[in-house]
Amino acid sequence: MSPLLINFAYVISAALFIFGLKMLSSPATARRGNLLSALGMFIAIVFTLLAQGLDYKWVILGMAIGGAIGAFAALRVEMTSMPEMVALFNGFGGISSLLLAWAEYHQNPVMSVFIAIVAFLSAFIGGVTFTGSMVAFGKLSGKITQKAVIFKGQHIINAAILATAVGAAALFCMNPHTGAGYALFVLIVLVALGFGVTSTIPIGGADMPVVISLLNSYSGIAACAAGFVISNNILIVAGALVGASGMILTNIMCKAMNRSLSNVLFSGFGTTTAGQGGGDGPQGEIRPATAEDVFYILEAADSVVFVPGYGLAVAQAQHVVRELGDLLEANDTEVSYAIHPVAGRMPGHMNVLLAEANVPYDQLVEMDDINPRMDSVDVCVVIGANDVVNPAALDDESSPIYGMPIIETHRARTVIVLKRSMNPGFAGIQNALFFAENARMYFGDAKASIQALVAEFKSD
Amino acid sequence: MEPVYLTFVFVLAIFLGFELISKVPSTLHTPLMSGSNAISGITLIGALASLQTDNLVFSAILGTLAVAFATINVVGGYVVTNRMLEMFKKKDEGGAK
Repeated sequence: MSPLLINFAYVISAALFIFGLKMLSSPATARRGNLLSALGMFIAIVFTLLAQGLDYKWVILGMAIGGAIGAFAALRVEMTSMPEMVALFNGFGGISSLLLAWAEYHQNPVMSVFIAIVAFLSAFIGGVTFTGSMVAFGKLSGKITQKAVIFKGQHIINAAILATAVGAAALFCMNPHTGAGYALFVLIVLVALGFGVTSTIPIGGADMPVVISLLNSYSGIAACAAGFVISNNILIVAGALVGASGMILTNIMCKAMNRSLSNVLFSGFGTTTAGQGGGDGPQGEIRPATAEDVFYILEAADSVVFVPGYGLAVAQAQHVVRELGDLLEANDTEVSYAIHPVAGRMPGHMNVLLAEANVPYDQLVEMDDINPRMDSVDVCVVIGANDVVNPAALDDESSPIYGMPIIETHRARTVIVLKRSMNPGFAGIQNALFFAENARMYFGDAKASIQALVAEFKSD
Repeated sequence: MEPVYLTFVFVLAIFLGFELISKVPSTLHTPLMSGSNAISGITLIGALASLQTDNLVFSAILGTLAVAFATINVVGGYVVTNRMLEMFKKKDEGGAK
């Protein structure tokens, strides 16, 4: 097949990707959008395989291995593990860009300065994306500590690594075809892999939404750079779309935490504040409640808003929460679910879990929609969320999370907080909400606690 | 001229991406990420095209690895996104009984 025809097929693929993303603007059309996007990918793959001179034994080997692993992982993964899955896939996108750039360079070492620069970018960003994502995967799946790992001179080491990479890149781009050039390229790959680890390890678990979004963006940009290396438009267009998507999500996540990207990446938030948090936070009397107390409060309520957090995912409580929601609705209570943009470990994490439990998406409300009518809400039920409902973000200027937008549950008539214990949340900050007059603490595992409520409703 | 032309395409695609993605509601942010993950598996196209019969062996190995990783992304990304989007239902579609 002629290259011209193949390139026309790529135009169709690009159009399908764009349509697919456009249809993601509503849950009603999103599924068809994803299928269109997949069709675009299918067309691109088929036409690429029709090109002349391909070595099919390698093609089949690679696609068979990748396809089997990909399908297996995608069909088996639990919805609560979606963040680590996405982190892993980001990493694979990165490593394939690195490998592609390397393969191209190994095959054709004589390159122009422009191609050498983009080959460097593709390899470097791809490598950082790969190991960075592996660290994120490890943190999210609990294989390595979720805490921010801070070591002495971290910033200096990272700066030195970056300087080495840029220096090596400059030398490499001047003489890519020499033996020294090749050695520099290998050095760049190693440095990139190391930098991915050292730059991600100091970032704590609750900042993962930002990190995943950023790595998502990197994987797109790496694909884009690889597209420049082989002068292929479809890689550039698709990579740019993904890069833009990741950047937008990163920005949304940072705004929702009222922190700049550099603060998330470099501050090691969580360890620095944890030390001071315990002692001098707000103190006072807490009002514990039993399942029976909570049942009477909920039964009398006209409107109930559930506010889920990462604790919901940990306890796998989404299905029982839906069951409780259904019982409340049968009791003529208006039920909705208010979701903070950074609740959970990745953008939209809570929405997916609740969708899995069959909560209709029109019952999910965003923070900015629920806050104005919070005063008229009878009961807020906070499940495994802490910092995103901490009123200190609004009024305590000394608080590390001051200025972060929160779901203002303290303004509801009654707040029920489901929590394992009085331990402070991720940021190590005690929560004034727990001591508020209208708050009741309902201690225990979220799933067991809600099951107890369901049982109360059923026996009623 | 080639670099200029490629950069031109790149810049337009970035702007288009910003326009498109900013319209995605926060409810769909996770499927957006996994779906865009699948799209970033587009390196598969480049990796496939790089596997020429006259390749050096080491290039072929690197290319095959690139194909394998990118295929994981493409297949896994689309399948998992489809699984997720299947679950998003409106009330009258029988979401809540």
